[in-house]
Amino acid sequence: MKRVFLAVVIVGMVIGMVMTALQKNSAEPTPLVKLKEQYAKKGKPSVDHALFAQLNKKFARPQEVTAACISCHNGRHREVMESTHWNWERIEYIPGKGIRPLGKKNVLNNFCIGISGNEQSCNKCHIGYGYADASFNFADSLNVDCLACHDNSATYVKAAGGAGMPDTSVNLTYVAQRVGRPQRTNCGTCHFFGGGGNNVKHGDLEKAMFDPSREVDVHMGSDGMDMQCVDCHTAQKHQMLGKMYSVSSMNRNRVECESCHSAVPHNDDMLNKHTLKVACQTCHIPVYAKVNPTKLHWDWSTAGRLRNGEPYEEKDSAGTDVYMSIKGSFTWGRNVRPEYLWFNGTASHYLLGDTIDPTKPVRMNELFGSYDDPDAKIIPVKVHRAKQIYDTEHKYLIQPKTVSTKPGDGGFWKEFDWQRASEEGMKLVHLPYSGKYGFVETEMFWPVNHMVSPKTQTVQCNECHTRESGRLASLVGFYLPGRDHNALVDRLGVVMLVATLAGVLVHGAVRIVAQRKRKETN
Amino acid sequence: MIKEYVYRGFERFWHWGQAMLIMFLGLTGFEIHGSLSFFGYEQAVRYHNIAAWSFLVLIAFAIFWHFTTGEWRQYIPTWKNFRAQAEYYLFGIFRNAPHPTKKTVLSKLNPLQKLVYAGLKVLIIPVMVLSGLLYMFYRSPQRYEVLSLNIGSLEVVAVLHTIGAFALLSFFAAHLYLITTGHTVTSNLKAMITGYEEIPREPDLAKPVVDVTTPAFNK
Repeated sequence: MKRVFLAVVIVGMVIGMVMTALQKNSAEPTPLVKLKEQYAKKGKPSVDHALFAQLNKKFARPQEVTAACISCHNGRHREVMESTHWNWERIEYIPGKGIRPLGKKNVLNNFCIGISGNEQSCNKCHIGYGYADASFNFADSLNVDCLACHDNSATYVKAAGGAGMPDTSVNLTYVAQRVGRPQRTNCGTCHFFGGGGNNVKHGDLEKAMFDPSREVDVHMGSDGMDMQCVDCHTAQKHQMLGKMYSVSSMNRNRVECESCHSAVPHNDDMLNKHTLKVACQTCHIPVYAKVNPTKLHWDWSTAGRLRNGEPYEEKDSAGTDVYMSIKGSFTWGRNVRPEYLWFNGTASHYLLGDTIDPTKPVRMNELFGSYDDPDAKIIPVKVHRAKQIYDTEHKYLIQPKTVSTKPGDGGFWKEFDWQRASEEGMKLVHLPYSGKYGFVETEMFWPVNHMVSPKTQTVQCNECHTRESGRLASLVGFYLPGRDHNALVDRLGVVMLVATLAGVLVHGAVRIVAQRKRKETN
Repeated sequence: MIKEYVYRGFERFWHWGQAMLIMFLGLTGFEIHGSLSFFGYEQAVRYHNIAAWSFLVLIAFAIFWHFTTGEWRQYIPTWKNFRAQAEYYLFGIFRNAPHPTKKTVLSKLNPLQKLVYAGLKVLIIPVMVLSGLLYMFYRSPQRYEVLSLNIGSLEVVAVLHTIGAFALLSFFAAHLYLITTGHTVTSNLKAMITGYEEIPREPDLAKPVVDVTTPAFNK
């Protein structure tokens, strides 16, 4: 019997060792290792543009550079002219509202509100030359700004208030000879500074991302994988993958972590189960605005105060603007814990002329989704709250004219008169203005997708699975273990337990007393 | 007074293994429930699942044992002596009256025990196992995706599991006390540890006590 047992143990151990050895031999690199290998290969440009005669000359106007580009890159301009970067709108289906062209061209936000009437300043970030008002010719290919995205010299800048024209300091020949694949600097020049300053809008896209550490962004960290924006935001024929729900509505063309990492990337299946209902970002981006603060609240109603007839600015101890006469008062935050929402990839938008209920915060872009929706997952969101101007009679938001290009045009940033700014602004969007304005609370929802932390710094289980003030405390419609419990069951359960304990205690006590009595009588 | 071999090796291993596992599952389970904090949520879940699988293995062996030995018949509830046993716990025990039912190898559970243990076996444990398995597998990660049973909400599963947990907790409290209600205060505990129980030999015992060296069910 003993021998049989010993034999079984020995055979078992041998089989185990062979299996382990075989497994090691056939060990494939993990998907993550493969990805790192793939993205560690940084491509080199195939040509040196400095050698081309077409670029070896003086350019009087930036449009001449575009013409030079097109002379070789035949037809690429037509691709650009079909892009959202150029058109600032795309056809979107908005649930409940129907098919609408949607984009920076016509959507209001709760930062600088909207571009109408303010193109001269806002449209610095248009990838074209001279989008100074609504009459811009979107069919003129020579106005395509190739350099904004393809400059690899890091010397190309667009002029402030120049409607997209390059700054006069730019040496167009130098830049044209140094073009290539877009770098973080190209994208960041606009996308890090939206809303009129660093990190005002996104919270997870800011100037620290030009050269972030791995701790700030595990993908782009220059001490890590050093990935570029376009490694994820790939493009086919100049149509970039990815979009933001500040200006879009449909569940399409999204950049998804899963396309590289798969839906079940963890070694632990308990974590893999979560991916059905929880977006990767929810756990992997514990905080945003990790380096510089992001704007969380913007109160336009205090704008227009003057000192000695002059506008002024106030900064806090960290040097951040807290008040500007032209824009009002701000609250900023650093290392902000996101808010969490169910999101199925579709969103609604406040559209010009939509009636509002001024007693409630107006949602500039409502993100749709719920637990019951099979397409929805929990995502982290930056919510930007504001007080902005609306027409108290017509009950809709006002597109004010803020930028002033000539005296008497009503631009608020020169005249500080809401009446005039509203009159002129609403004229440009062809909506009547009653002459009466007020300020209404608004909310805007910015899904947080960048500043992914290293895996050692992810959100921990007990930050959501906890009774009190967990990250998901405000999400309803589902049972979250550790957070939720049935109060009645718990109460009855405790009552049952206490009753049992009391029962046995009393029973035991009576037994002891009875025994003592028996002893005494005996 | 004779010593009788009441609980055999596997039975005692099963009992104590089950006791440890249920206590551990209770501790980790109520941590997952949010009632207490000990291991930390992540570890509590991990340990709870490991303990749950161990319990399932033990249950599989126990079921096999119960059916191959015929011991499952011990748990068939009966009304015979039911009232007498209840009256014993309510009154007789205080007067030091004798147990109305005799513990033998052939019948080691009194009518109240039969009912309670049968309830555990056919109701509480199955409810815990089924709701626990659903809790584990209502989402199941596959190679490229996560498959999901379309149960509308985890709530029903979780609440059933909680109800079962409270039932087991109360059972546990009562069970601990009832250890002391044997022939002597410690005789039940000793029996479950050594397998042998001291049983007072009564002249009116219907059947002769079975020889300890050859348990009845092997004959």
